[in-house]
Amino acid sequence: MTEADGAGAQTLDVSLGPQHPSTHGVFRMNVRMDGETVVKLQPVFGYLHRNHEKLAEGKSWLGSMPFTDRLDYICPITNNWGYALAVEKLAGIEVPDRAEYIRVIVGEMTRIQNHTAFLGFILGDMGAWGSALMYAFREREKILDLFEGLTGARMMANYMRFGGVRCDLPAGWLEKARAYIETYPAFLDEMEKFLTGNEILLSRLQGVGVMSAERAINGGLSGPVLRASGVDYDIRKVDGYGVYPRLKFRVPRGTVGDCFDRFMLRILEIRESIQILQQAFAQIPQGPILNPAVKTRGFKPPVGEAYGRIEGPKGELGFHLVSDGGEKPYRYHIRPPSLINLTLLEEMCVGTKIADVMVILGSIDIVLGEVDR
Amino acid sequence: MNFPGSGIFKGMVVSAINLFGSYFDRAHAKRLITEQYPEERPTLPEASRSFPFLVFDGDPEKGIRCVACKICEKECPPQCILIEQDRDENGKLLRRPKVFNIDISVCMGCQICVESCPFESIRMDNIYEVSSYDRFDSLVLPKEKLLKSNEYYHSIHPTEAAETDARIEAARLKKEAAAKAAAQKMAAAKAAAEAKAAAEQSSQPESQA
Amino acid sequence: MTLTPQTVLDRVHAALPQARIELLNNPSPSGQHSLLVHRDDALEVAQFLKNDPELLLDYASNVSGVDYPDHLEAVYHLFSIAQKQGPIVLRTRTGDRSGDACLPSLTPVWKSADFQEREAFDLLGIRFEGHPDLRRLLMWDEFVDHPLRKDYVAPEDYEYEPTPHGEILAKISAPASQA
Repeated sequence: MTEADGAGAQTLDVSLGPQHPSTHGVFRMNVRMDGETVVKLQPVFGYLHRNHEKLAEGKSWLGSMPFTDRLDYICPITNNWGYALAVEKLAGIEVPDRAEYIRVIVGEMTRIQNHTAFLGFILGDMGAWGSALMYAFREREKILDLFEGLTGARMMANYMRFGGVRCDLPAGWLEKARAYIETYPAFLDEMEKFLTGNEILLSRLQGVGVMSAERAINGGLSGPVLRASGVDYDIRKVDGYGVYPRLKFRVPRGTVGDCFDRFMLRILEIRESIQILQQAFAQIPQGPILNPAVKTRGFKPPVGEAYGRIEGPKGELGFHLVSDGGEKPYRYHIRPPSLINLTLLEEMCVGTKIADVMVILGSIDIVLGEVDR
Repeated sequence: MNFPGSGIFKGMVVSAINLFGSYFDRAHAKRLITEQYPEERPTLPEASRSFPFLVFDGDPEKGIRCVACKICEKECPPQCILIEQDRDENGKLLRRPKVFNIDISVCMGCQICVESCPFESIRMDNIYEVSSYDRFDSLVLPKEKLLKSNEYYHSIHPTEAAETDARIEAARLKKEAAAKAAAQKMAAAKAAAEAKAAAEQSSQPESQA
Repeated sequence: MTLTPQTVLDRVHAALPQARIELLNNPSPSGQHSLLVHRDDALEVAQFLKNDPELLLDYASNVSGVDYPDHLEAVYHLFSIAQKQGPIVLRTRTGDRSGDACLPSLTPVWKSADFQEREAFDLLGIRFEGHPDLRRLLMWDEFVDHPLRKDYVAPEDYEYEPTPHGEILAKISAPASQA
């Protein structure tokens, strides 16, 4: 009980986290409440800080690749992709077609498994800890098994290389992946039957944490959170990196910008990702997977700097790299979508009840490995 | 079906299907997919990797492929490799490691050592039961524990090992061919020199005459 | 209108003739040339870039600080969501690396710069004037140095902290080692 505020109203300061099951790791919020209503919210970061950017300055360019796996550990392959793309921009490296298709395939599978895990997590944040999370993780595990067959590890893939990917698809992998993706819509339909009509879920999500399009742009939100506010902005379409211009897909967007829009948007994005995957499976050509001009040891990009970004499952993942022509980066900066999507957390939460804070945080979908780096 | 609470009812039907379904479709592994480890062990995919090991051909002392060039030590991102080059009794450096330690409590299994090795000597293992009570003695693997035979490598990563063997064989054939060509060149040069000398000898009397 | 650094520069020159802004060439194949704006004019230029109907650079995606031998830089990667174009790279420079390491904060223009400017302050020591809440972001408040600077000397043992637990541990182990 700290402060008398206004006409005799007493406010209460609560430190939520860092050890809290609904903060998705070690995230902490200092919340000031009037009764159960939030009047002020201050996020506190740094409990998982390891100065990844400093570490990268002491490693070779390739040496940072396995560390990017550990940023957003739910989707390591897209982190690899973002870094590889930025270095390819910096050094002007071409990527062979087959490698680009493999990147799209593993990238979209990463998006599917991230959004699947999200469906489970947000139910956990609403208090339904159990069935939904287990169903989601059961499906996610099957995608991780496919990743293990390809990259050798379920999560810490270390799969992309500058100018391509590390290894070609093993014999039979493509058929297995195609067969699995064909079964996926059935699971998604079941999940929708399970969740989206549920009256409790609707009342917990609809109208909670509303964010207008204008504020969302100014606050730098990206990815599903930005599109849920009604902004038509998908980096896959805007930048057209990789082979995305050759693939047909739609960009779903919300109308209200509340938690329910963010929830539904992920389901729609999974459906679009399945469309992309089916096209990529049909179109993938034979050929080399790695640009032979790129050396494994002693890789030195020319002097200069570059900013490369991709549409990660959580939003815009960007790498700002400065090279002095040496074997190590001069500056290596990450634009983490999880951190910047939290910029407007306070605006979303003020005026709601404390229990809604957890749902709003869940609907943003953060991973602390990326927030604190 | 849109009576109040119908959404919850539909959800419960899905729960029930999953609950009872898990007793029946065990063979399809659709709903009940938990593996009863350690009684039931997963079959690892061929690409699966955990920690590095050193490959030797035939004899673990003589057949070691590593030449202690220290490239992997330099390239390793978390710097978990320690190499010391061996010396003979006169103090001359030998092309083999005396000490080769990998601290697997630091190693993150990224496979960059494998990619950077020019001698095909370090490869990824797929062991995963390496827990121990002591951090220092049993998690720092010395050379003796790291050395594993090429046959073992073939047993865990057959495709990759076959490719490696083919590359080594090709390099060996190339080297042999080059040596053969060099020997032939030498022989040809020698023969030419002899012929020239013979010719000079035979031409000398003519010039004198 | 296609946004390139040159067109943006021309537009700024036409509207704000007194603003000190120049084009910096980037030799890399990425071809992302940047606009170096004098720190005293940065806020005005930023306002213009965001609100000008031809430019509409409404999205400050990335903010990073870079440490150079004689100054620090803040680099802003701006995009236009309305026009789906970008990036336009905007940079500001401090006077030196210690006493005059100040830059104007662009958080009042783009809220997205909030956490990233705090991060640059925390890790590189750039003081952003006009930032609504300039505190350390990742390191703890009592920490004194700026770890991302090139001249930062890392401590021998990162995790060492003088705690009573350590002394107690030493006391317990001392007789054992004598015996």
